[in-house]
Amino acid sequence: MEQRENENLLSVRNLEISYETDSGKVYAVNNVDLDLCRGETLGLVGETGAGKTTISLGIMGLVPNPPGKIRNGEIFLEGQDLLKTSEHEMRKIRGKKISMIFQDPMTSLNPIDTVGEQIAEVILLHEKCSRAEAHRKAIDMMEMVGIPGERFGEYPHQFSGGMKQRIVIAIALACQPELLIADEPTTALDVTIQAQVLEMMDGLKKKLGTSMILITHDLGIVAETCDRVAIIYAGEIVETGTVEHIFDFTMHPYTKGLFGSLPSVAGEAKRLTPIPGMMPNPMELPKGCKFAPRCQYKTARCEEEQPVLAEMTPGHLVRCFAVQDGTCQPERQKEEEL
Amino acid sequence: MLLKFVVKRILWLIPVLLGVSLLIFTIMYFAPGDPARQILGDGATVEAIAEKREELGLNDPFIVQYGRYMYNLIFHGDLGTSYATSTPVSDAIVQRYPNTLILASLATLFMILIGIPLGIISALKQYSWMDKVCSVVGMVGVSMPTFWLGLLLIMIFALNLRILPASGFYGPRYWILPAFSIGFCSAAGLMRVTRSSMLEVVRQDYIRTARAKGQKEGVIIRHHMLRNAMIPILTNIGLQFGILLAGSMVTETIFAVPGIGKYLIDSVNGRDYPAAQSAVLVVSASYCLVNLLVDVLYAFIDPRIKSQYQGSSKKKAKKGVEANGTAEE
Amino acid sequence: MARQKSENKKTSQVGEVWRRLKKNKLSMVGLVIVILVVLVAIFGPWIAPYDELAQNSSERFMAPCLAHPFGTDNYGRDILSRVIIGSRVSLLVGVVATSIATVVGIALGAIAGYYGSRTDNLIMRFLDIFMALPNMVLAVAIAAVMNPGITSCMIAVGVAGIPRMARTARAPVMMVRGQEYIEAATSINASTPRIILKHVLPNAMASIIVQITFSIAQAIITASGLSFLGMGVQPPSPEWGAMLSAGREFLRDYWWVTTFPGLVIMVTVFSFNVLGDGLRDALDPRLKN
Repeated sequence: MEQRENENLLSVRNLEISYETDSGKVYAVNNVDLDLCRGETLGLVGETGAGKTTISLGIMGLVPNPPGKIRNGEIFLEGQDLLKTSEHEMRKIRGKKISMIFQDPMTSLNPIDTVGEQIAEVILLHEKCSRAEAHRKAIDMMEMVGIPGERFGEYPHQFSGGMKQRIVIAIALACQPELLIADEPTTALDVTIQAQVLEMMDGLKKKLGTSMILITHDLGIVAETCDRVAIIYAGEIVETGTVEHIFDFTMHPYTKGLFGSLPSVAGEAKRLTPIPGMMPNPMELPKGCKFAPRCQYKTARCEEEQPVLAEMTPGHLVRCFAVQDGTCQPERQKEEEL
Repeated sequence: MLLKFVVKRILWLIPVLLGVSLLIFTIMYFAPGDPARQILGDGATVEAIAEKREELGLNDPFIVQYGRYMYNLIFHGDLGTSYATSTPVSDAIVQRYPNTLILASLATLFMILIGIPLGIISALKQYSWMDKVCSVVGMVGVSMPTFWLGLLLIMIFALNLRILPASGFYGPRYWILPAFSIGFCSAAGLMRVTRSSMLEVVRQDYIRTARAKGQKEGVIIRHHMLRNAMIPILTNIGLQFGILLAGSMVTETIFAVPGIGKYLIDSVNGRDYPAAQSAVLVVSASYCLVNLLVDVLYAFIDPRIKSQYQGSSKKKAKKGVEANGTAEE
Repeated sequence: MARQKSENKKTSQVGEVWRRLKKNKLSMVGLVIVILVVLVAIFGPWIAPYDELAQNSSERFMAPCLAHPFGTDNYGRDILSRVIIGSRVSLLVGVVATSIATVVGIALGAIAGYYGSRTDNLIMRFLDIFMALPNMVLAVAIAAVMNPGITSCMIAVGVAGIPRMARTARAPVMMVRGQEYIEAATSINASTPRIILKHVLPNAMASIIVQITFSIAQAIITASGLSFLGMGVQPPSPEWGAMLSAGREFLRDYWWVTTFPGLVIMVTVFSFNVLGDGLRDALDPRLKN
């Protein structure tokens, strides 16, 4: 265990984050462990409200407080525990070592600064260079994400959504971070633009040797870009493994449900099987397995006892009694359905 | 483009001010009392009054009188002659305007210094005790009649502590109390505007982006938040400054400041109609000008507004070039 | 049946607003004070310990004491009694002036907003002329025409408030106008005034109610300012602003003569303002920060 933490770029251990609201305590992230090697892409997959964004904000040290609070856990970046790092030090890490791309490019850029200035801002913050040099680098970054450098002096409202997301990506990559967290980077974009942006991100990531956490609810994107996947349900990881593990030996009933609710584009018309029920209210999580109320394999034990994340095959971990005792068998996803 | 907008706005001022002049002229025309009798005093003979009325042109029809007033104003810059002093009204206004300008500027300065920092603090610390105190104090300030605050200040600082003069306008020491009494009451309003405008900005995604860049909190507040929250704040400052330029009549009266506001009140009370109507006209012109200035300032703060001002035909052409250009916003 | 349903919905809406308003402590304080001030104004003559006009040369300038909690003025009149009776004057001016502003303002605003285009342009440009003058200057100019007194005060303050009220009414009317149920009403040949009164205005009511509350507060301040300048209610009528004005001369030695009337203006205006604030949040929770 000790050793593994050293080769990893990022290790998250027992992360617990909750929000205090007027109507009660929201348990957003519960006991999450994550590992990410250099150059690797990890996909975080789950429904809206599963706690994916909160995990990434936790890593960034940007959980809004109040109401948010990190109650427990450790986040190691290159062996340094970010949760024990001072705000002053964190500012040097943010934007430099870890960058984040947010979901909505429409609102992620300051409307009254030129896009060039917004890229140069992060360069000036982290690199010892003159304003002129920062500008030059910003222009380079713009070219790199496919925007002509002469648009340096234009404002966000003069760009389309896809172009804005490119700017956001340029900001995130400007200081060649070790880790890039992309929070649903393409959901707000037109379908035609999505592939373009994703492809560009993937290319840049490889070119710069950046590790990436890709948050998404789109399994198709995961198949194309990720090395490993963690499936999040109600603030917990329910299944994690390599992309092959998840797609070829799908184990957890929830993961199976996610695949079942995907419409097939290429394959013959198959009836969609949506997951019945709703995600539990994060203020009153079930006592046992959090997925139990919606699960077809549910037994009395599931409602009473919380299953652990157990390693089924090397590197493939699943949090489910039915899988662990063999009632729920692995399933293979058909290629053409994605 | 921007120039075109400015010119358009200035041109629009002309009908508005013409309207104001007509409105005020009409009001004063129907005001009770005979100016001729006013000038000559109660002892005047009927003949003398009739003669005076003829001399002042008061027997002419309304339209002729208004036309004459406007003709003199536009072609000779003549604002009429005061009934009370028989001197040109423009002289009196030129003499008093600087005082009002000083008072208004200083009060606005007080307002900004008090209102904006408190508004920012209560927005950043929303729901904290500080926010609550600021909210209540702000509400009290909004609800406080300026003249009452003025009287209290005189009572405390001029009459009891004897550290500042209570009336007159002869130097900086005289400016403090009146400027503060107006400034404080206006600051309350500005604080509320700043707070709500900042609250809208603090949760924006681009603030999170700035934090994700590792930007310092101070820079985020000054650069990213405040500048984006500036439009409503600036509107409020402009509005207040405009109102103050119109002379805060009550405060000038209390502190015996020889400014436009007091001149207006004295003229109305003395039924000195040429003076009153010209004072109102000047006041309204400066009020409109300040508002115009604020509108122009917007363009410098927010590039989105600037591009709105730019010729619409041009914008359309540009839209076509950019794939899915500005259409979404 | 349908009618009953909509009625039920209405009451539950009021209940919902009330429930939200109750949560806002400051606004509840405001509401309590407003009710108190209204009660004092109604029952003033029975509450006031003395005749507000009775002069008593042996009791001039008495400092606040048990017999005269707010002290007495230069004629030996009890200031508490004058303030109590004064609430009738101030509230009356505030309410009547606001009514003038509301009725005329809503009519203009609704017409402008409903018909749009030319009518809208004409009305709004006309109001622009009024808006080119600060509220107080406009009130002074209007008051100048009339003989000073309570009537002129109400008219001046009321007329000065029209443009703002018109703008308040216009915006929601314009928004509602384009909506489908209005088109539906037009299509079944409902007359225009009927549509405006029955369908358009109720939807603009939230912002109008809020504006009315603020408007009363504003009217009380403006009216007391006018009276302070000698252009509004005239002495010996115990208007709060006029009392302040009269007390100015005695500022040096008799603080209570100006302090209490001013305090009462402030508290009254404050309570209307916080009530308006709370109502705005309660009527439209989306606006709340």
